[in-house]
Amino acid sequence: MTALPPLPVAIPLAVAALLAGLNHFVKRRASSWIAIATTAINVWFCIQLLLQSIPNTIVYWFGGWQPRHGIALGISFVIDPIGAGLACIAGVLTLAALIFSSKYFDSVGTLFHVLMLVFLGAMCGFALTGDLFNLFVFFELMSAAAYALCGYKTEEPAPVQGALNFAVTNTVGCYFLLTGIGLVYARTGALNLAQIGRTLDQQPPGALVIVAFTFITCGFLVKTAATPFHFWLDDAHAVAPTPVCVLYSGIMVELGLYAVARVYWTVFSGCFSASTEALRGLFITIGTATALVGAGMCFGQRNLKRLLAFSTISHVGVMVIGFGLLTVNGLAGMAYYMLGHAGAKSGLFLCAGIVLHRCRSVDLFELKGRTARLPFTIAALICGAAALAGTPLSGVSLGDSMIHSAANRHAYGWITWISLASGVLTSAAIFRFAAYTFAGLGPDTPKSPEEPQKTEEHPETAPGDASTPAVMFVPAALLTFAGLFLAITPGLENVLVRAAQQFEDHSGYIRRVLDNVPAPMMAAPAIPHEEFAHGLLTLALAIGLSLLYLLWERGRHSLNAAAKAVQIIRRAHSGHVGDYVTWLTFGVAGFGLAALLLLR
Amino acid sequence: MSYLPYVIAAWIFLVGLYGLITSRHLVHLIICLSVIQSSTYVLLVAIGYRTGAAAPVFADIPPGTPAVDSVVQAVMLTDVVVEVTVVALLLAFAVQTHKRHGTVDPDQLRALRG
Repeated sequence: MTALPPLPVAIPLAVAALLAGLNHFVKRRASSWIAIATTAINVWFCIQLLLQSIPNTIVYWFGGWQPRHGIALGISFVIDPIGAGLACIAGVLTLAALIFSSKYFDSVGTLFHVLMLVFLGAMCGFALTGDLFNLFVFFELMSAAAYALCGYKTEEPAPVQGALNFAVTNTVGCYFLLTGIGLVYARTGALNLAQIGRTLDQQPPGALVIVAFTFITCGFLVKTAATPFHFWLDDAHAVAPTPVCVLYSGIMVELGLYAVARVYWTVFSGCFSASTEALRGLFITIGTATALVGAGMCFGQRNLKRLLAFSTISHVGVMVIGFGLLTVNGLAGMAYYMLGHAGAKSGLFLCAGIVLHRCRSVDLFELKGRTARLPFTIAALICGAAALAGTPLSGVSLGDSMIHSAANRHAYGWITWISLASGVLTSAAIFRFAAYTFAGLGPDTPKSPEEPQKTEEHPETAPGDASTPAVMFVPAALLTFAGLFLAITPGLENVLVRAAQQFEDHSGYIRRVLDNVPAPMMAAPAIPHEEFAHGLLTLALAIGLSLLYLLWERGRHSLNAAAKAVQIIRRAHSGHVGDYVTWLTFGVAGFGLAALLLLR
Repeated sequence: MSYLPYVIAAWIFLVGLYGLITSRHLVHLIICLSVIQSSTYVLLVAIGYRTGAAAPVFADIPPGTPAVDSVVQAVMLTDVVVEVTVVALLLAFAVQTHKRHGTVDPDQLRALRG
């Protein structure tokens, strides 16, 4: 056994503590370099873990407390390719964000880097752990770092309010989670995921288990920003520094979904195996609602960061559907979609950061024709939007086809239309932004009382650059490129299907952890081919919709009339934290009621 | 065994939630969050409780004596530590909110909408 598994958590946390302690002695530039080097080392360790975990799941017991007679005594890291892969994404995105911000914040101290490293360490721990309470602790640590980063610009009004909404909503979610963990412990006397799974397998699911399942799943779904738990996300994204948004959208939100999937497959899938069909319906309903609400809200936004935030909500909805199919191909499709989305969306947020840096604003109407001097950034923005729409060879496109083929097999073929709507509306919003601000197409200030109010967006940098610095453009371009051409990676879908199989193998996971029996290799299921037509149709419709909106006045009016329907949903995004918690409570109650009716 | 501690835990949770939703003052709101958190203490300690058992410190009692479950107590302590951080951070945000918005009433915070 090597000492590799704890390093991706230990190194960033240790360096963060050092940097915080030496805050007054380390220069900003030096701390930036230290943080970048630490993250690069971390990425390397995560890649090592990923490579080692592909043949067989790694199980690491802290302090050598191995299970005795099939009973877990210690705390374990259980590392399979999906967990290790997410840790890799977290590392790569943190690296990109740190490089991007090395020129970005001119006035901040080292604390930004400290928080980023804590965030990274917590995300890695969250992705690697095999213990339910550990999952909660890393979840809280990750959240605390995220809240602090969100409200980093404390001298402005909006970030403080956004961070407050984010923190209160997510903390309530954490308490639901902890209550659920307590109930599970009361029933099983275990905190190790495998141990809980084995104990629950031996008894029929009672009401207590269903309530615990509701609380744990809803706690994680708050972080996933599934409707109706999503309200914090757009506020947090609109106000957080742009490099931090990269981490929120690219990995943190997805980690919430990862935890839902991880806990479902290791703990609950055995005892709920009789009602898989009902659970599939429940998760797909949540995913569909999320995808549609996000897409509907996205097109009406004028702040680019907020627009991208709603696009994230919409795409997460599709990911929830992918997991919710509860099949190997669905989960593999979700993983592929996540990878493609992480690349494209992070690239888009970095582009938004460049626009904010050069033009001092990200407001649609203020920027009319003003991004003409940023051709490369706008090109990257358009490529990112195209990747999200699902151009052939993009990660989103292949993930989408895998999800569709899995859905067809379970008579959920209509999901194609949901992902089409999500792709068209979210990409059209970005295309419209690009065309309006770059070429100046469209009306001057189409103001109407229904338009969302302008959110104050203060520039995060000192002005004065005559051109975009390379440290800003290169990460943005590379990430967008990765999202756009992910599917040319040979054999990636095979690896992901195998990883998904390993992930969903309930009894194999338990035997691997508790009895140290390597999981047997299974025959890989057939991998669907990519449907080019769907992605191209999405792309064409998105471009058409954005041009229609900008160039054809009557079309715009009818679209505005259609947008009236979205008004009701928009009013729910009130920025009032009490409202958000009310929605959250109703969401948990609704989920619990549905689960009790469906699973008994 | 008695269901009373569980009823109390649920009641504290709901009261905290109600207070949080209807709160007109950010500090009150954050304290309501702490109230919700207290319900998890009650729940966790109740789960580990055994009638007539000793505290799980085996320094002065012979091994084998019935003791309450130490795992949930450790979980609860971890929970306290983690949440102190979050509440401190939130109170700092409340102070900043007062400075930047001139109010601590969530109904009057208007920076973010739609």
